[in-house]
Amino acid sequence: MDWLYVLMPISGVMIFWPGLIILGVGVGVIGGFFGMGGAWMVTPGLNILGFPMAFAIGTDIAHMAGKSLIATMRHGRFGNVDYKLGVIMIIGTIVGFEVGAQMVMWLERLGSVEKVVRYLYLVLLAGIAWMVFTDVAKRKAKERAAKAAGEEVDKLATGIEWHKTFHRIKIPPMVHFKTAGIYCSAWLPIFISFFTGWLAGILGIGGGLIRMPALIYFIGCPTHVAVGTDLFEVMISGLYGAGTYTFKGRTELVAAIIMLVGASIGAQAGTVATKYIKGYGIRIAFGLAVVGCALSIVLMMLSKAFPRWGAFYSNASTALILGLVGVMSLYIIVKMVEGAKKEIAAKKAREAA
Amino acid sequence: MRKMLSKLFAWIGMAVLLLPALVQAAGPAAANIVIVADTRKTTGLLRWWADLYNESHLYFAILTVVLIPIIGVIFGVLADLVMSHIGIDLKSRELAEH
Repeated sequence: MDWLYVLMPISGVMIFWPGLIILGVGVGVIGGFFGMGGAWMVTPGLNILGFPMAFAIGTDIAHMAGKSLIATMRHGRFGNVDYKLGVIMIIGTIVGFEVGAQMVMWLERLGSVEKVVRYLYLVLLAGIAWMVFTDVAKRKAKERAAKAAGEEVDKLATGIEWHKTFHRIKIPPMVHFKTAGIYCSAWLPIFISFFTGWLAGILGIGGGLIRMPALIYFIGCPTHVAVGTDLFEVMISGLYGAGTYTFKGRTELVAAIIMLVGASIGAQAGTVATKYIKGYGIRIAFGLAVVGCALSIVLMMLSKAFPRWGAFYSNASTALILGLVGVMSLYIIVKMVEGAKKEIAAKKAREAA
Repeated sequence: MRKMLSKLFAWIGMAVLLLPALVQAAGPAAANIVIVADTRKTTGLLRWWADLYNESHLYFAILTVVLIPIIGVIFGVLADLVMSHIGIDLKSRELAEH
């Protein structure tokens, strides 16, 4: 069975290549569907396959750049990418990320920041999950109230409407984002992207997990546009990240290309699935993914706090993440196949009539 | 809303103030690592790639940044062709939250 293993030329280890393709498909589906890179899912997966940790982040970012390029192209054709908003946010994200990264370097000179970063990450994830599920509950309450009054809620209406408060801040220049359907001060996306970039820089993550809900709740993008625009940003930051990590010698391109084979199919499937699932379906699934990510971090923290049970907690964390990737990608693929079947059947019926 | 935001900013302010103290208590900094590819095990294209890594990280990085989007576009277009062939409409979607 030697043919199932491929030699990684830089790290010198033999890797089970079908595992890389399966991992690529899983994170591709989830990335294309939620609009994020998914580094938190890939790293434990690479670890399980025996990938040296020194190369895990760089390899992940390299494959993420290619995967998000494919997903952005597809979302762009669906009209889900607000390029103007994306470009404005890139400026804030890059500056914020650099400030955050410099802050971590400064903190590292004082000592290890790992523990603090994990706590901060956990608080942030809890906040995002709270935001998503509060939004869902409020939207349902609105629907119940409208039903009682014999009315129907607008199909673009949302539960949490913080963005309306932010849109009232009229600091010039005012900008109209046509695809997102937003008219607001240019400073709003700049500030939000700086803040999310700063957080991503401190936490050492790509930032899609933070930016996607920020685009929805603070800027006011419809869910599908938030997913597409976020992927546009992930693509740019992914290419930049791939360049810097590779320059530091931390990328295994062979593994990234093998993952990209699976991720390209997965990203297309995940993106097309957004056609058949309404905004709140995406939001609820995203909230569940965030809860899963938070639980895996709690397990990692427990493994450090109780070294005697360290292996158990660490394995449980990896199993949880990979289980989550498996279940979610399966759910998205099933929804995509169901939606595509219906669409093709309707098309055939129209042609027959 | 205003009450909640002021509470949130108070928590963020406190975290920023306490962060350096927590970090200082956490332990010593890690040392830098230098990685070299072992070219003895590789042949052909993989050997060339490993040699490029050892000789120049700059060329290695430039080639990676160029190759990744090209490979991405090739696979993306292939997946597009397959899905279009199946009959999925890849040009339009309905924007709805619920």
